[in-house]
Amino acid sequence: MQRAVKNTWVEIGGIVLENGERSPKLPDDTQQVPLEMRVKGFLLQEAEIGGEAEIVTLSGRTVSGTLTEINPAYTHMFGRPVPELSPIAGEIRAILRERKNAS
Amino acid sequence: MKSDSYQAVMDQKADIMRASVGIDYAKYATGPLSFDYEAMLADTGYDLEAIGKIQARTAVGDTPLVELKNLTELVRAVSGPAKGARLFVKDEAANPSGSFKDRRASLSAFEAKRKGYPGIAAATSGNYGAAVASQAAKAGLGCIIVQEAFDSRGIAQPEIAEKTRACEAYGAEVVRLSVGPELFYYFLIVLRETGFFNASLYTPYSILGIETLGHELAMQVKAREGRFPDMVVATHAGGGNVTGTARGLIKAGAEDTQMVAASVDLAGLHMASDRDFNRKSFTTGHTGFSVPFSTWPDRADVPRNAARSLRYMDRFVTVTQGEVFYMTEALAVAEGMERGPAGNTSLAAAFALAREMDEEQIIVVQETEYTGAGKHPLGQLNLAKQMGVDVRRGDPVENRPGKAIVIPEHPSQIKPVEMDLDRIRRSYLRNALDSLRQEETVTETDIVFLAAETKTDETYVREAVETHERKKR
Repeated sequence: MQRAVKNTWVEIGGIVLENGERSPKLPDDTQQVPLEMRVKGFLLQEAEIGGEAEIVTLSGRTVSGTLTEINPAYTHMFGRPVPELSPIAGEIRAILRERKNAS
Repeated sequence: MKSDSYQAVMDQKADIMRASVGIDYAKYATGPLSFDYEAMLADTGYDLEAIGKIQARTAVGDTPLVELKNLTELVRAVSGPAKGARLFVKDEAANPSGSFKDRRASLSAFEAKRKGYPGIAAATSGNYGAAVASQAAKAGLGCIIVQEAFDSRGIAQPEIAEKTRACEAYGAEVVRLSVGPELFYYFLIVLRETGFFNASLYTPYSILGIETLGHELAMQVKAREGRFPDMVVATHAGGGNVTGTARGLIKAGAEDTQMVAASVDLAGLHMASDRDFNRKSFTTGHTGFSVPFSTWPDRADVPRNAARSLRYMDRFVTVTQGEVFYMTEALAVAEGMERGPAGNTSLAAAFALAREMDEEQIIVVQETEYTGAGKHPLGQLNLAKQMGVDVRRGDPVENRPGKAIVIPEHPSQIKPVEMDLDRIRRSYLRNALDSLRQEETVTETDIVFLAAETKTDETYVREAVETHERKKR
């Protein structure tokens, strides 16, 4: 099991509201799943992935939950070029060129 | 944990809000429905000049007005003779955190500091979070941003993931929640626990902060062209952008400038649906916010929403997801300005609206936003494909939110759809009248108020009241 020492930057998570405890005004698909939370901070005591952990967040709050990730990554990205967008630059240049030539 | 049950916390809403916003909304009531909107804004004590000075202290505002000469040529290439207005854009991405939202956050941060709050908090998944975090950093205040960020499979919306990163870069705590309106429930718990100032998007501070944007752009066009713009287009969600910009235009003397609200059409997708969450491709500036907030602004977190867009809009148009992605590409390749797609919603609308207008007319798109990984057509379209959305070239009328994103094959295919403002106004009046308690009746003051709320007249409101009462009987 992966362990992290005190003061490590981690993410913890937990369930805020179980599916039976949620707002009554929800569509069915959302009603069937719990409301989950994730927050990052520095570990106050040594902890292991999947175990209980307590952190101090960047605003100074102490929050406890289940340790989900150690030094969590930012994984959002651009990804591959999208073929449906790639030709647009050339198309627009051609329209502008044609207009310039016509004038 | 019973004291933290959903209902128990929601029952404390009024008390938590009063403590965290510091405004006694009840004192502005003038009738069962009406309240003194202008007094509520004026009582903050900030006028346009004072706000400008506060914003200048943190380099907010005074952004460049850019004439989009090549895009204007592209408009004219697809317009009739002597048609195709000149397109300008207010490059709001030049604000410290990369969007016009810095204007909204600046007064809240200033007010929180002045009143001695230990920090500021906001419930937002968009640019506003980064703006609040940036302003908090400058003011030396603690900051917590609560986001609706990921679905039940743990898949984060890429634009929101980028906002998480930005807020954390500014030193803010970011609480990420799964899909659902209980974001607000958790936000109340945070406010109660921390005693932070609620930098709500809908307080007078937030709206007054945008007035400088409308005022600035009117004065910039006047200084350069000797007259005010003919039309200003603003991306429309909760109503703040339209309201603040229009108020600023009026304060500059540009009363005749047409105010157009533009939203991405997300009809058919449910805003609280776990399944639909990652099929929207847009996190704001869409009809999922703009329609409900236009027809009932007081659904906001504060008792009286200072963003009241129906008072100010002359037209309300929608554009498709595919059209906005196309225009984002066009702005980059024709003008050398790579900006985020959410801010380009109004650009897509303006591009098509300019085709109806005369060559000498001026149309201003009043914002851009920064772009980056996640906040980009590539990140959004790659996710859309992963979620099974059909992404293809074609006629944008075939665009179906959640099912097909159709990227135009030619700029002449970009055609915004006009929303029926009369229907929106009637829907607002119905909602207002439905909110009356059984023992309450509409007063003369209410009639005058409702006419101002809907930018109509007293006859229009009286007719709506009569229809409503007939239906009740």
